[in-house]
Amino acid sequence: MFKILEKQVFSPIIKQMVIEAPRVARKCQPGQFVILRIHEEGERIPLTIADFDREKGTITIVFQEVGKTTKQLGTLEAGDYIKDFVGPLGTPSHIENFGTVICVGGGVGIAPVFPIARALKEAGNHVISIIGARTRDLLFWEDRMREVSSELFVTTDDGSYVRKGFVTDVLKEIIDARGKDNINLVLAIGPQPMMRACCNVTKDYGIKTIVSLNALMVDGTGMCGCCRVTVGGQTRFVCVDGPEFDGHQVDFAELARRSATFRAEEQRALERHTCQCGCGGGK
Amino acid sequence: MAEKKEIIPKKHPMPAQEPVERIRNFNEVALGYDEETAVAEAKRCLQCKKEPCRQGCPVEVDIPAFIKLVAERDFAGAIKKIKEKNALPAVCGRVCPQENQCEKYCTLGKKHEPVGIGRLERFCADWELARGVLPQEVAPPTGFKVAVVGSGPAGLTCAADLAKLGHKVTVFEALHVAGGVLMYGIPEFRLPKRVVQAEIENLKKLGVEIVTNAVVGKFATVDELMEEEGFDAVFIGTGAGLPYFMNIPGENSCGVYSANEFLTRTNLMKAYLFPEWDTPIKVGRKVAVIGGGNVAMDAARTALRLGAEESWIVYRRSEKELPARHEEVEHAKEEGIKFAFLTNPVRILADENGWVKGMECLRYELGEPDESGRRRPVPIPGSEFVMDVDTVVVAIGQAPNPLVPRTTRGLELGRKGNIVADPQTGATSKPGVFAGGDVVTGAATVILAMGAGRIAARSIHDYLLHKRA
Repeated sequence: MFKILEKQVFSPIIKQMVIEAPRVARKCQPGQFVILRIHEEGERIPLTIADFDREKGTITIVFQEVGKTTKQLGTLEAGDYIKDFVGPLGTPSHIENFGTVICVGGGVGIAPVFPIARALKEAGNHVISIIGARTRDLLFWEDRMREVSSELFVTTDDGSYVRKGFVTDVLKEIIDARGKDNINLVLAIGPQPMMRACCNVTKDYGIKTIVSLNALMVDGTGMCGCCRVTVGGQTRFVCVDGPEFDGHQVDFAELARRSATFRAEEQRALERHTCQCGCGGGK
Repeated sequence: MAEKKEIIPKKHPMPAQEPVERIRNFNEVALGYDEETAVAEAKRCLQCKKEPCRQGCPVEVDIPAFIKLVAERDFAGAIKKIKEKNALPAVCGRVCPQENQCEKYCTLGKKHEPVGIGRLERFCADWELARGVLPQEVAPPTGFKVAVVGSGPAGLTCAADLAKLGHKVTVFEALHVAGGVLMYGIPEFRLPKRVVQAEIENLKKLGVEIVTNAVVGKFATVDELMEEEGFDAVFIGTGAGLPYFMNIPGENSCGVYSANEFLTRTNLMKAYLFPEWDTPIKVGRKVAVIGGGNVAMDAARTALRLGAEESWIVYRRSEKELPARHEEVEHAKEEGIKFAFLTNPVRILADENGWVKGMECLRYELGEPDESGRRRPVPIPGSEFVMDVDTVVVAIGQAPNPLVPRTTRGLELGRKGNIVADPQTGATSKPGVFAGGDVVTGAATVILAMGAGRIAARSIHDYLLHKRA
């Protein structure tokens, strides 16, 4: 059992939890993920590590409530326990001094970008971060991102905060303003369409772009192959070969199709959950 | 003068759920002997002097002795005798390929059917589980700490033996429950999960500590377990957990599963209880399972129980070469599994949403024997045809899981990424590190993994005593 030490509600659907998991905290690196299972009948879901504290033995996760499991997770409070919590899984981000790096975080993807941006900055990079969300309420960690970035740009799709526009608009503007040769790497984490859109932008400029893929998973140790994705024409497992890949090589269309495999079942589970537990999920 | 025994030529039949009934549930198919049947079957044993059955048992169970005790109705004595050598009798009695092991050498079997040794072993184990298991004797603590990586059959056997010898054993398991392939791979209808968990509870009574949610190679490497966590020796039994795919076009379509995924969702995550349990699985009308081993049979039979109208085994050789146990093939046939022999897919066809809508196959014929001694399947040119299926399960085998081999310094690896270990001792190229089971041999059987776990336990014991000296 793994104790929830703190809970913060950023918006009705975006929440942060600090989990006591010393074995995970001792070894995890930016870019890695955990798999958790709330209770005995629960499913295993992967979540990218948003922060960690080796001394306190804690892992921070930030999640958006989309399906039954994340909604149920959202009903738990500090002091409650999660049945299973395993990690660190996946290959850590490749960190070195590339020069100037643009880190793009979209929606709940801001969370996993944070420790990577911090590590890139500590490695000596000039880190330009772009964070964006659909609307002001869904934006979080502006202060934390500012701390670990050399420059920070904020945008909202509906213009409810700072400026109106997608992260890709900002990305394009920055590359145009600074010159493509002055950007050495782009990292983009967020919903699949956003990562795909970022890759479409950078491809034209020929700037290498790393994405962190959120495929369906079961075990997370390379055992089942559920998370397989085509990268550069080859089948790779997101759980062990990733989650980070060269975005220009990723077959996003296939990833989107495979991600939708259980959409009907997910919907059914969600509706059933909404009826029974009274947490107000599904609103 | 001893009375001359009347020989019953056939094994007492195993009571089983009727096929029409069982293909709609996940309950165990074989129901087990009752006491009278067990005693009668035990009395078929000739108690011959040569005891040839014993040579066929990888964990060296004293088979004639336990059968004699069953015949005498001393069931408690019989299970005690088995457990001197076998830490998982309820498992082995169900899933061992006895026809290739103990029963293959049975004297009675030369003219008639051999004694149903596996069925008797299962009877004894179930008899004990139903009554509560008595604690076994454990040697005084030695002060040594051993880490066992992986809680499948190899790891559990190794852990049990070492614990009985007085060593402090910690088992690290990557998943959220212990049991490895016994939990995620072998279906409930062949090996009920309560049976596996009952056996694991017995190990805990020996003092074995089991840490779940612990992926060695990630939270700590084998080197760190030894250097930082103070383990004196490590046994690696991480199994063959890396599924092979066919690398044919369309294999990443929706509705294509590896057997590992298909079975893990169903067995470990209990997808057959969705939506009461949260993990979903999707099975269409017509399922094709590629491969001919036990895993393929398990997947095909599982598909039927999940509601498929038709479930096919697609195998590139002929029925004679099927690597699955005869009993499993028979069970599959009884349940209405269809077989497409001498057939192999070349392409999976998908609809506009990326879902499987068919599988293009080639017909094969058997040519000259290959290096495995089996006749090589040769494709017949121009024999392409499309199988009408909407779900495909790839069950063509698994490679050793690379997580531990790749993160351990100084471990010699084989061509397929397997750990090289001495078959006589389980010793690897790294001092204090031993290995056994599928991670060494590639995918094999539960009992061979258990045998390897036993051998390694013995060597680890010697290594530790030597270390103290």
